[in-house]
Amino acid sequence: MRNVVWAMLPVALFSVYSFGLSALLVLITSTASCVITEHFLCRYSKKQSTVSDWSAVISGLLLGLTLPPGFPLWMTFAGGVIAMSLGKYIFGGLGYNVFNPALVGRAVLQAAFPVAITTWYPSFLENRFSSLPSSTFTFPFMEPVVDGVAGATPLSAFKFDHVTTDTMELALGQISGSTGETCAVLIILGGLYLIARNMMNWRIPVAVLGSAYLFSGLMYLVDPQVYPSPMFMLFSGGLMLGAVFMATDMVASPITPLGAVIYGTIIGLLVIIIRIWGGLPEGVMYAILLANAISPHIDNMIRPRVYGTSKRLSRS
Amino acid sequence: MGLFDFRKNTFKHGVHPPEHKDETNGLAIRQFPFAPVVIIPMAQHIGSPAEIIVREGQEVERGQLLAKATGYVSVPIHAPVSGTIRKIANVPTISGKMSPGIYLEAFPSSSQEILEGTPIDVETASVEEILKGIQDAGIVGLGGAAFPTHVKLKVPEGKHCEVLIINGIECEPYLTTDHRVMLEYGEDIFMGIKYLLKVTGAERAIIGIEANKQDAADYLESIIPEGAPVTVEVVPVKYPQGSEKMLITSLLGREVPSGGLPIDVNVVVVNVATTAEIGRLLPHGRGIQERVITITGPGVKKKGNYLIPVGTPLRYVLDQVGVDEDISEVYMGGPMMGVAVSNLDISIVKGTSGIVVFTHKDVKKQQQIYPCIKCGACVDACPISLNPSKLGILAKVEEYDVMAENYNLLDCFECGSCSYVCPSHIPLVQYFRLSKSIVRKRISAKQKAEHAK
Repeated sequence: MRNVVWAMLPVALFSVYSFGLSALLVLITSTASCVITEHFLCRYSKKQSTVSDWSAVISGLLLGLTLPPGFPLWMTFAGGVIAMSLGKYIFGGLGYNVFNPALVGRAVLQAAFPVAITTWYPSFLENRFSSLPSSTFTFPFMEPVVDGVAGATPLSAFKFDHVTTDTMELALGQISGSTGETCAVLIILGGLYLIARNMMNWRIPVAVLGSAYLFSGLMYLVDPQVYPSPMFMLFSGGLMLGAVFMATDMVASPITPLGAVIYGTIIGLLVIIIRIWGGLPEGVMYAILLANAISPHIDNMIRPRVYGTSKRLSRS
Repeated sequence: MGLFDFRKNTFKHGVHPPEHKDETNGLAIRQFPFAPVVIIPMAQHIGSPAEIIVREGQEVERGQLLAKATGYVSVPIHAPVSGTIRKIANVPTISGKMSPGIYLEAFPSSSQEILEGTPIDVETASVEEILKGIQDAGIVGLGGAAFPTHVKLKVPEGKHCEVLIINGIECEPYLTTDHRVMLEYGEDIFMGIKYLLKVTGAERAIIGIEANKQDAADYLESIIPEGAPVTVEVVPVKYPQGSEKMLITSLLGREVPSGGLPIDVNVVVVNVATTAEIGRLLPHGRGIQERVITITGPGVKKKGNYLIPVGTPLRYVLDQVGVDEDISEVYMGGPMMGVAVSNLDISIVKGTSGIVVFTHKDVKKQQQIYPCIKCGACVDACPISLNPSKLGILAKVEEYDVMAENYNLLDCFECGSCSYVCPSHIPLVQYFRLSKSIVRKRISAKQKAEHAK
């Protein structure tokens, strides 16, 4: 699983490059939090430590990549603890989690700290390597004080002010957003690397992005004034990161090729529905968590025809 | 056939393990020396063990009957060497169970002439006589299953055999016995096919060969007897191409129904070495006393394909070919479907197709087993489209009945492709072997209970 870490590394490095020290601290904290939590949970349950299988590192990095730079570190740490304990260990550890653990952590953070998690800092600030936003070191159990420099993400700018951002800026990460979601090109490269190493089911990202593109394209054709272009939808927010690194969590996604396509399609549709009609500007997290929940049912219903039998569906 | 033929000439899924056949496929079959004492288990075929008809101290000639078949699904056993019966006692077998057996001490410096019986003429003998002849010769499936061949050849009432498939695939890595048999025993193979066509009533025969044995395919094609309804077809190299069901699908595009037999799609499949043995033994009325075995693997000094008498102790074989000091595992059969032996005191039996020896260097240290992460590699490998991941999880929680009823456990033929690809090193096929035997026991217990009512 180390390869997944290698694939995410360029994305993480770019986020440090564009957001500076605050992003670096968020990523380090989230990763450390997940690894430490996993270690202690293993020790507590008297199992052999599973830290060495790298899955906690992956979850930690993923969690960090979904959080805004400048996110209070104590909240980040709490998110990692929740991701590992409620997202993974409570179900029995690696291989048994129903949901993507990193997203469980983030969902709790989103519910608990709605302001902090939607406070975005612009990228490429002059002083990003020399100073930190005051929110980073917010005292535990305190809400952060928002600096005056907070910037809107392309999605919230669109949702609330109806301003669209140029696709090239989105693809190359010249925008504000969560630490890891801004540079679509690096995310795609990481995904291609994993697909080439046969470590990712390519059908999932393709189905997620394809269905999101088609559905939002349809809406765009209906009324281009109200609905954003499909390219904007694809490259903004966490869709790319979610499609490539989150939806593809093997444990929480269907095992058959057809099941994977159905699962991906559902995620794509849900993302667009939440983005267009929901109260939040972004819907990738909830779309993936919902699809995670139905993934076992997809596996139950979609079964390849067994050699020598005529039934496509199970007998049960 | 033609423009609209979308048959792919092979089956779905499967794996490509390293073949390692180059090491022995150029080595001609050689006669192996006779061991001073051969140890012959009576249970070396599927079905009931043979019944010993000789006594301790008796002198027997090579080819003489030592034990007779007990019932229909059983075959007799012949003396592999001329010598004296030293002892009749239980002997260890590869399964770990003990079996009644014979210790036969070979006469030193005997010419080892083979005793002949009643010849069976393919032209004049009836179907029943040929079937009886095959049983009397002690012939079982030499591909490894050791199922009595005459049972398999008997076309049941109301069924019809259209195609006879001669299985020369040998998809198991390392093994080259069938390859050598096809190159060296071509005449015997076609003689055997003659018997088999008559017995099954098949209209034609296809010799199926994997593409890595093109030389054997070319040779057999060149010696097809005038007017014989036999074709040679080459199929892509892919494991487990040599499984009956997969081969039928590859050659004919038919699928054997779940729980059924090849005859349900009008096919009978016979291994090529078994075919050659029929063609070699029946015209002389002889019994089977030896077979071709590939001895190979990184731990073996004198690799090769040897004609070894049945009952030769494994330890004697390893001594003769020379093995490394630090041998770690010895496989009977190949590494995919064979069995790692737990006891070197067992003997060569009719079903032994190969002996593969690995040293400690070659065998990776006991790899840690990780939990299943549902990556789906096994789903992509399973040639019959089972869900090994789900089956593995169910096996761990001992839900054997659910495995059988909802996930087609009993269709698994234990090819091991799932274990081979599993990145978490889960011994899936071992789980399934165990689960299957438990389910079978439960089913037969249930049937017995119902019978008693």
